[in-house]
Amino acid sequence: MLNVNDIHSYYGKAHILGGLSFEVKRGEVLALLGRNGAGKSTAMKSVMQLVRPREGSVSFQGQELVGKPAFRVAKTGIGYVPEDRRIFSDLTVLENLEVGRQPPRDGAPAWTVEQLFDIFPNLAERRTNRGKQLSGGEQQMLTIGRTLMGNPLLLLLDEPSEGIAPVIVEEMAETILKLKSEGLTVMISEQNLHFARAVADRAIIIEGGEKKFDGSFAELEAHPEIRDAYLSV
Amino acid sequence: MAFFFAQFLTGLANAAALFLVASGLSLIFGVTRIVNFAHGSLYMLGAFIGVTLMNLLPGHFGFWGAILLTGLAVGAIGAFIEMVVLRPIYRAPELFQLVATFGVILVIQDLALMIWGAEDRLGPRAPGLRGVWRIFGEPVPKYDIILIAITPFILFALWYLINRTRLGVLVRAATQDREMVGALGVNQAWLFTGVFALGSALAGWGGALQLPKGGADLLMDFNIIGAVFVVVVIGGMGSLPGAFIASVLISVLSVFGVTYLPQSTLVLMFVVMAIVLIVRPYGLLGREEVAGEHGQVGAPEQPIRPYGPTGRALVAALLAVLAALPFVAEQFVLTLTIDMIVFALFAASLHFILGTGGLVSFGHAAFFGGGAYAAALLVFHTDTPMELAFLFAPLAAGLLALGIGWFCIRLTGVYFAMLTLAFSQLVWSLAFQWRGVTRGDDGLVNIWPADWLNSPEAYYYFTLALGVGGILFLRHVIHAPFGYALRAGRDSPRQAEATGIDVKRVQYVAFALAGAMAGLAGGIFVFSKGSVFPTELEIAASFDALIVVFLGGVKTLAGGVVGAGFMTVVEDWLTRLEYWRLLLGLLIIAVVIIAPEGIVGSLRSLWMRIRGTNDEVAK
Repeated sequence: MLNVNDIHSYYGKAHILGGLSFEVKRGEVLALLGRNGAGKSTAMKSVMQLVRPREGSVSFQGQELVGKPAFRVAKTGIGYVPEDRRIFSDLTVLENLEVGRQPPRDGAPAWTVEQLFDIFPNLAERRTNRGKQLSGGEQQMLTIGRTLMGNPLLLLLDEPSEGIAPVIVEEMAETILKLKSEGLTVMISEQNLHFARAVADRAIIIEGGEKKFDGSFAELEAHPEIRDAYLSV
Repeated sequence: MAFFFAQFLTGLANAAALFLVASGLSLIFGVTRIVNFAHGSLYMLGAFIGVTLMNLLPGHFGFWGAILLTGLAVGAIGAFIEMVVLRPIYRAPELFQLVATFGVILVIQDLALMIWGAEDRLGPRAPGLRGVWRIFGEPVPKYDIILIAITPFILFALWYLINRTRLGVLVRAATQDREMVGALGVNQAWLFTGVFALGSALAGWGGALQLPKGGADLLMDFNIIGAVFVVVVIGGMGSLPGAFIASVLISVLSVFGVTYLPQSTLVLMFVVMAIVLIVRPYGLLGREEVAGEHGQVGAPEQPIRPYGPTGRALVAALLAVLAALPFVAEQFVLTLTIDMIVFALFAASLHFILGTGGLVSFGHAAFFGGGAYAAALLVFHTDTPMELAFLFAPLAAGLLALGIGWFCIRLTGVYFAMLTLAFSQLVWSLAFQWRGVTRGDDGLVNIWPADWLNSPEAYYYFTLALGVGGILFLRHVIHAPFGYALRAGRDSPRQAEATGIDVKRVQYVAFALAGAMAGLAGGIFVFSKGSVFPTELEIAASFDALIVVFLGGVKTLAGGVVGAGFMTVVEDWLTRLEYWRLLLGLLIIAVVIIAPEGIVGSLRSLWMRIRGTNDEVAK
């Protein structure tokens, strides 16, 4: 569904991704693992074209994305949930969802505000509150809900478990599995191996902007040295 | 009492146009973070296009139809400006955007002159609304009542658009985080264009609606922009109700001012602003926010260092040439060089506060003209000896900067820029309206230097010594610990405070020093010309200096000086042409888009590239 092929991305002069390649298959949940600074967020931003790869290609359902503005990438059916949430703090919950709203898309679940409130009941109670009045967990749900309003085929979740309470992390895992069962393809980036194992079908490990492992969690389990080398702190 | 009420109604009616222009400016700023200095020009275009259309279209339908069409036409012009001029520079530092919109002002001024000529146009009366209604026995023009009735509807319509429609939600979201709005699938480029068009249309409507009360002339653009800034600053940036309240406040006050204090109508507005800002630094309904970015966004600048041997040799050679000039050059060259040095010192003082201090001051002419006026007033009224009066120029300008700085330094970014501009307008209006002291636009004349300086050569050397001395002094300060502290405060205010620098205090002192140096330039200027007029205090004079600093390069130390030299020569050449503003405006816009590093910056990049490739070859 998504093919990332040998991309090189930079922040200014810093070379962050040095020829990263990976694939996301339709219907799966893929976990992108790696330490802080390994290049996970940059990989996601490079798919969205928020960071423009200087070399390589990113194709989604056969369409080349490199060079497109971010809004066109979103219109191809990729939903992006940023790591730092970036909710619109002066807008209400309903207005935040409105910003994300796009027409229904073939082959993707079509979301309504009420359906989202079924998944995230906390948000339903706070629909007229402003973004800045929400707790960290509620903001995380809102940023996911906002992206779902665009009816994406593929959801990119950058560190969904970061900075929220352990109880909410469990809810988040359930939510991701629910989204998968609705037919959504999901790619998450994570540092939390436990969380990733609970939701993902497959794992990719990157370090220094390069891919070090690609396989199932069973394979990863069988090679503790890989985990020790690239994930343990 | 009845008279009082009628006056109040006139003020309310005058608020309509002001509110339309101010709300447009506020709206555009909210989303694009660009302070559109050309907004007054769009208002002027609205007036001219309105007059033309009203003369073409007859009757009731014609009048109101013309107003409607005018807004659409000006909106389309705004969209064009946004796409051609602003789109390429959204990521550039805010100063570049402001300079670009100033280029637009110049272009529109000359285009309006070409199309409509220099003659003032009287606005047609609104059909069916020519007479007056009597309210408590006092005559109130019918059109005023209509304006008063319309304005709340416009406010409501705008409020509804922003708060209750999808477009409004997107606009507010983009105000906070444009990139995220794009990542959610919204084409923000069109959103920006749309908002700019709407804001422009509002200015156009403002220009057309005021026609029956005023008219159309070529000075409207600068005349309204000062008032609009005051309104936006008082109301709070980005707040529509704030803009409305402030428009009413300013308009009503002006009407009463005309009746009771006819000498101080212009000043009154700024006094109100100062009072509001003392109580509420971000305006009546504004919120504290980091408004726009500072002048130093973009690639980090090269570390500055004193010139090496080559640089020193170049400077020494230049000085030698300048010193030898009177022996070889004709007198007009000396005069031009004096202008150049004066301008260079003025620009260097602005560069000091803008480039090194990171404070984008839009009212630097207040100190240049203020210094010139201080010296001239002493000579004119008390026959003070030239030497003493001259010393008074930097002193008075420095004190003025201390006064204005007290209000302005508390703010940053765009607020700071607008506030400095508003204060410079205050100084201008004093010079313009306080005729008893300043003789208004007749200016102060016969301000000549002392006998020992009264030959062109002597005054030339006097200028050279003080001008170059001033510039070198500023450079010295930049390389001194004070300069380091100033730059630390510019690049990272919090970090600087954490290391024990009182950032605001350092900036305050720097602002006063920049003001004093501009005053010194003003002092040299007034005795070289023998006269001073309020034009030296105009917005255009402040902008000249900004453009010079910008052309030379903000991020280079020599930028101001090189830019001034370049500008003096170019202006001397350009002003011989009829439509020189148009050319200058286009030149400015082109430089902003093509060579945003300025002359010195571009040369340096070129030099680095040449040297860089050589290095690589050597490897």
